Amino acid sequence: MLTIKNLDKHFGGVKAVQDISFTIAKGSIHAVIGPNGAGKTTLFNLITGVYTPSAGEILLRGENVAGMSPDALARRGMSRTFQNLQVCMNMSAIDNVMVGAHLLLNQGMFAGMLRLPSVRRADAACRDEAASLMDFVGVGRYVNAHATELSYGVLKRLEIARALAAKPQVLLLDEPAAGLNHTETGEVETLIRKVAQTGVTVVLVEHDMKLVMNLSDHILVLDHGKKLAEGTPAEVRANPDVLAAYLGTDLGAQA
Amino acid sequence: MFEQFLQFFYSGVTVGSAYALAALGFTIIYNTSGVINFAQGEFIMLGGMLAAVLVGAGVPLPLAVVIAVVVTSCVGLVMEKTVIQPARDAQVVSLIIITIGASLVVRGLVQIWLGKGTFSLTPFSGDSPIILLGASLLPQSLWVLGVTLVMVALMGWFFGRTLLGKAMLATSHNRVAAQLVGINTERVLLVSFGLAALLGGVGGVLLAPITYTSYDAGIMLGLKGFVAAVLGGLGGGAGAVAGGLILGIAEAMTAGFISSAYKDAVPFVLILFILFFMPRGLFGAKVSDRV
Amino acid sequence: MKAPRMRHPGLLVLAVILAVLPFVLTNAYYLDVAIKIALNAVVVIGLNLLVGYTGQISLGHAAFFGMGAYGSAVLTSHFGWPALAALAAGAATTGLLAFILARPVLKLKGHTLAMATLGLGIIIAMVINNESQWTGGPDGLAVPAFGLLGMDISGETQWYAVAAILLLLVTWGALNLIGSPAGRALQAIHGSEVAARVAGIDTTRFKVRVFVLSAVLASIAGSISAHYIGFITPNMAGFFHSIELVTMVVVGGSASIFGSIIGAALLTILPQFLSAFEGWETVVFGMILILCMIFLPRGLVPSIAAKLRKARG
Repeated sequence: MLTIKNLDKHFGGVKAVQDISFTIAKGSIHAVIGPNGAGKTTLFNLITGVYTPSAGEILLRGENVAGMSPDALARRGMSRTFQNLQVCMNMSAIDNVMVGAHLLLNQGMFAGMLRLPSVRRADAACRDEAASLMDFVGVGRYVNAHATELSYGVLKRLEIARALAAKPQVLLLDEPAAGLNHTETGEVETLIRKVAQTGVTVVLVEHDMKLVMNLSDHILVLDHGKKLAEGTPAEVRANPDVLAAYLGTDLGAQA
Repeated sequence: MFEQFLQFFYSGVTVGSAYALAALGFTIIYNTSGVINFAQGEFIMLGGMLAAVLVGAGVPLPLAVVIAVVVTSCVGLVMEKTVIQPARDAQVVSLIIITIGASLVVRGLVQIWLGKGTFSLTPFSGDSPIILLGASLLPQSLWVLGVTLVMVALMGWFFGRTLLGKAMLATSHNRVAAQLVGINTERVLLVSFGLAALLGGVGGVLLAPITYTSYDAGIMLGLKGFVAAVLGGLGGGAGAVAGGLILGIAEAMTAGFISSAYKDAVPFVLILFILFFMPRGLFGAKVSDRV
Repeated sequence: MKAPRMRHPGLLVLAVILAVLPFVLTNAYYLDVAIKIALNAVVVIGLNLLVGYTGQISLGHAAFFGMGAYGSAVLTSHFGWPALAALAAGAATTGLLAFILARPVLKLKGHTLAMATLGLGIIIAMVINNESQWTGGPDGLAVPAFGLLGMDISGETQWYAVAAILLLLVTWGALNLIGSPAGRALQAIHGSEVAARVAGIDTTRFKVRVFVLSAVLASIAGSISAHYIGFITPNMAGFFHSIELVTMVVVGGSASIFGSIIGAALLTILPQFLSAFEGWETVVFGMILILCMIFLPRGLVPSIAAKLRKARG
């Protein structure tokens, strides 16, 4: 589904990401982990079009999408959530989710102003879809609420609902468990598994090791912008380089 | 032909120095608080108007100038305390609208008190022009330029050498960090408004003998000062001065050689050009955003 | 078949008020104020779509109003065009200019966007002021009557009908837009532009379109105002008028269509009280702006609506 080839990104003199290559299989759950500053979010931003790579290719179903804008990538079936929660606080919960489905409706301003019957029908269907998506992610009870009334945990799941509204083929989750307590993290884990079961390819950046080990089919470990290790959870857990990077060389040597 | 060019150059430098002072005022406030103070122009207007009124009431010129500048600075302090403080954490749009509101209040009050007439001051050292390289230079222009340079030097000393000045610079870079180090950021904001008002007031007093001042002189002066500040990159004193002078000269040349009706359009055409092609100004540093 | 739910009760209320008003306001002067409110409201609704809903800034919108006014005036008086054609031409030209300017201008944000729109507005107003052979310059320009279907529209009652119908149409269109996918896209751009982009919204295209829409609305209102008042001056395109329009948005309610109408009403009536006291008018406007931004940052209608929602529990 998604193949990264020799990806590079510099910011001036800083080499944020160096020569990263990996492949993500369709329908799998793929995690990207690494210590802080390893380049995980930069990698994410490169894949999702927020940054343009300095070198390398990003192949989505065989097409090189490196450097394309986020909305072009959305049209190619990519959706994402944000580490720092980019929910539209000026809108209601369900409107936020409906925004996610924008591509599926694709109605312009003129049609909107005249409220043509086609707009009316599509909108009603979209609203129903959005409500059921909110149920799917577990926030169905807030369907009539305004974004400002919702707690952080609910907003995080709302964002996932928005990302799913576009019926994406690839879903990128940027630290979905950040800021959540133990129970909420468990709920997110269940949700991500549910999403993957529907056939969506999931890529996540995450610090919560338990979540990563439980969920992932495949893990990519980054350190200082370079690929440190790659493999199944079991393989990564046993890798001495990974342990050294996270825990320091002394402990790593002891493991 | 050369004399004409020089003539326009001199008048450009003169008015450019006033723009430079306004630009400095904008820059100081922007740097310490991120606010673009749309009322900056009114400080310039106040300086000139107050001095003119005081002289008209019989106060000797030097005293009138001092009082005018002090009162204008106080207006700046009051404005910060009453209007900016309560809305410190508001959005950009709100702050812009608030400063516009403040400028309306100041302008309206002056209009009520002094009417819509024009005022002027007698030049500080007479008005017999000096002939320099074949073109005539008003003595007042030398005052404007001279005082501007002195003020810029003073600002440089203040920000570079004094504790308060360094505290203000620290606040401009990172307000939270400054607070954590014990800097009273509220006082810093207050001082920055007072300073900006002082600079504006001085500019107004210097300029009044050359151009007539009236209750609505502040709008254009403020806008042009802002353009000069953006030209200079909204960074430091050197940029503001350069921006002011470039703007003043460009304006004078346009008025002289192209069309005096559209000379006021020059700053706005310039600012559009800058905003579209060089948003960092001529001297601003290139910064990449970290997402 | 389901009975149609009243989607916009407010629209019905507005229609009723507009229909009843001429019978209540028997004085021609009051009707004149009502007409001015309606025309201002049209501009403010358009501006609110841009500023309140989409989160942009425009400190130069009066320029578009002025372009419509002067376009109509010049084409009808100097070239003898029929009024409706002049109105259309004015709106088309304004729309085109807005379209050309929108892309570079809307790349900017915050203060720089404010300055750019301010600069543009001032330049346009300056051109209107200076090209006196066409525009009559600072002395203004007389505007011929508005001929429609062979009949000149004259008298407060007829003009009121025009203004009221225009307001109703624009309100209806705006309400529809807000509730549509395009409307949500606009609001999403305000809420989080990056989230809107990853959802597939072409944010630049939407920003340009709403900018053009608001410019065209202002132009149409300008044209009609020109014919109604019969005489126009460059002030209509000036900085203070732009600030008045922004004040109406901000006071009445950002991101609120009915707030726009209320804001227009309040701030059209206010100068009527202060018309003898010019300086005070400026001071009061300034104070309103300041107090509103400090205490009611979302404007009157949204703040009141929020309080009612809280009270209801």
